[in-house]
Amino acid sequence: MNDAALHAKWNGEKTSRKRLGARLGKYGFYYLMLAPALICFLIFSYVPMYGIVLAFKNYRFADGILGSPWVGFEYFKQFFNDLFFWRILRNTLIISGLHLLFGFPAPIVLALLFNELTSRRFKKIAQTISYLPHFMSWVILSGIMLELLSPSRGALNYVIRLFGGHTVHFLADPGYFVGVLVVSHVWQSVGWGSVVYLAAIAGIDQDQYESARIDGASRLQQMRYITLPSLVPIMTVLFILSLGGIMNAGFDQIFNLYNPAVYRVADVIDTYVYRAGLLETKYGFSTAVGLFKNVVALVLVASANYIVKRFNEYGIW
Amino acid sequence: MNMAGRKSAGDIAFDLFNYAFMIVLSLLFLYPFWNLLTLSMTAPQFVDKLGLRLWAEGINLYSYKQLFNNDVIYSAYTNTIIRTVVGTALTVLVSMCAAFALSRRDLPFRNGVTLIMLFTIFFSGGLIPMYMTVKWLGLIGSLWSLILPSLANAWYIILARNFLMSFPKELEESALIDGANPVQVAFRIIFPLSMPIVAVIALWAAVAHWNAWFDAMIYLREKSDYVLQLLVQKIFNQDRLDPTNTGTYIQITSQVSNQSVKAATIIVAIAPIVLVYPFLQKYFVKGVMVGSLKG
Repeated sequence: MNDAALHAKWNGEKTSRKRLGARLGKYGFYYLMLAPALICFLIFSYVPMYGIVLAFKNYRFADGILGSPWVGFEYFKQFFNDLFFWRILRNTLIISGLHLLFGFPAPIVLALLFNELTSRRFKKIAQTISYLPHFMSWVILSGIMLELLSPSRGALNYVIRLFGGHTVHFLADPGYFVGVLVVSHVWQSVGWGSVVYLAAIAGIDQDQYESARIDGASRLQQMRYITLPSLVPIMTVLFILSLGGIMNAGFDQIFNLYNPAVYRVADVIDTYVYRAGLLETKYGFSTAVGLFKNVVALVLVASANYIVKRFNEYGIW
Repeated sequence: MNMAGRKSAGDIAFDLFNYAFMIVLSLLFLYPFWNLLTLSMTAPQFVDKLGLRLWAEGINLYSYKQLFNNDVIYSAYTNTIIRTVVGTALTVLVSMCAAFALSRRDLPFRNGVTLIMLFTIFFSGGLIPMYMTVKWLGLIGSLWSLILPSLANAWYIILARNFLMSFPKELEESALIDGANPVQVAFRIIFPLSMPIVAVIALWAAVAHWNAWFDAMIYLREKSDYVLQLLVQKIFNQDRLDPTNTGTYIQITSQVSNQSVKAATIIVAIAPIVLVYPFLQKYFVKGVMVGSLKG
């Protein structure tokens, strides 16, 4: 580089241009490889971010985005004063909280149990079955559940009646709906979630278990003092990510299962944004609610990461 | 896990519990799908019976026959296959190329570019801005609206980048010394060796495309453009409003009940995945491992 600098000084502009050209030429090929991805990010991730400005405008189709009148924080004021908004915020947090409460430990427990299985064949079959629901969309899963939970035909109500209970309208009863959401969420995610933990467990040094066994530790104790602590790093990362997603209460799942009878408990931010935006064409309002949600989520992830980093070294970045 | 020999009573009990638990769990996980399968083959007079439906009464395949008498299932299948194949191929291409570029440690602006990509994971414009972007591009009603938006995926790119970075530098250097130019290095050496990660990304992208329904729902208008998942969604969504009717999407005779036809539609939509995923699971698992452990 020093030589080149000297040359540049002596030969003036001509060499500088050549240097820049050489640099671009050297990396040009790589930039070319980057281009498609960058263009896609630009068009489909960053251009929509410009659309956020809709949250501050009263969008009129005829005027387009630029021509529509500015309304500032009007929509934000509107929804903070809107009773419905606090309802959907509450629902979002409750549903997400419950998903976290039940859905976070479940894969860990399952992984620990899988790990204790000695027959490899049995373990593989059980695992494969356990993540079958993960590969289905919520459209499919909700169709299946509609059948199972049906008050007139469903197997679950059949079993309940068998034991002398009354028919439950699982999907229409606000008291049961959230429970259905949580249980089916675990059904869908526990198998796949356990894969990550199993991979982490497989990486644990077996010598630790050896010495523990020699010292007379029981299987439960081995789990508690060796396996679980080794999983803390990966648990932390996944927990941070889950916290960051707390504003997403699972649109796919709720949208395909809910109905107006249970809006009271099931309507979350994303479903509200969808209805207000695409069905009622309240573009500006919907964008404002969505923006609020995305900003909060971003702050949450950043904060969670910061807090965790303060207490130990594990974090996302 | 346990050494051969001394197993305490507690250990044996635990093992028994574990195996029993796993068996019950597996049966419970499979039962909903089985229920649907038997429903799809049940004769109309038995469909409304309350029960466990462990086997199909009046077993027949008329539901499937009638389903396949409708054009919409063929177009849905075709559209789904097209979007999955094209979408996956392009996603893999775009991701691998970008990952390759980003794996060059000396690439200028590398950190900046990575940050630009990472940011999209944590923040987005939202539903309406996305919808308007797609509309502005004139993609409404086109299959491209299902393919293009998901081409750039920061997860896949970072995953592939980390994978490529684990290659020893000597590999490239010796090729360059031998006189190869970067293009040849990329396509003749690096890409063939990347097949493992290509498989992982391809499978993830393919499953995502096969299961995607929301984009189809908001961007497509004509029934003939529908993808499988959307078809199922429309049928069942209508069911929640009017349980007696599949009519608008699938015409049936009284030989079958619409419940069994709806069940058959789902079976047909998930059959490819169910049949294929057990054999490909090692790729999926590998992807998760590489992705999460290496961060």
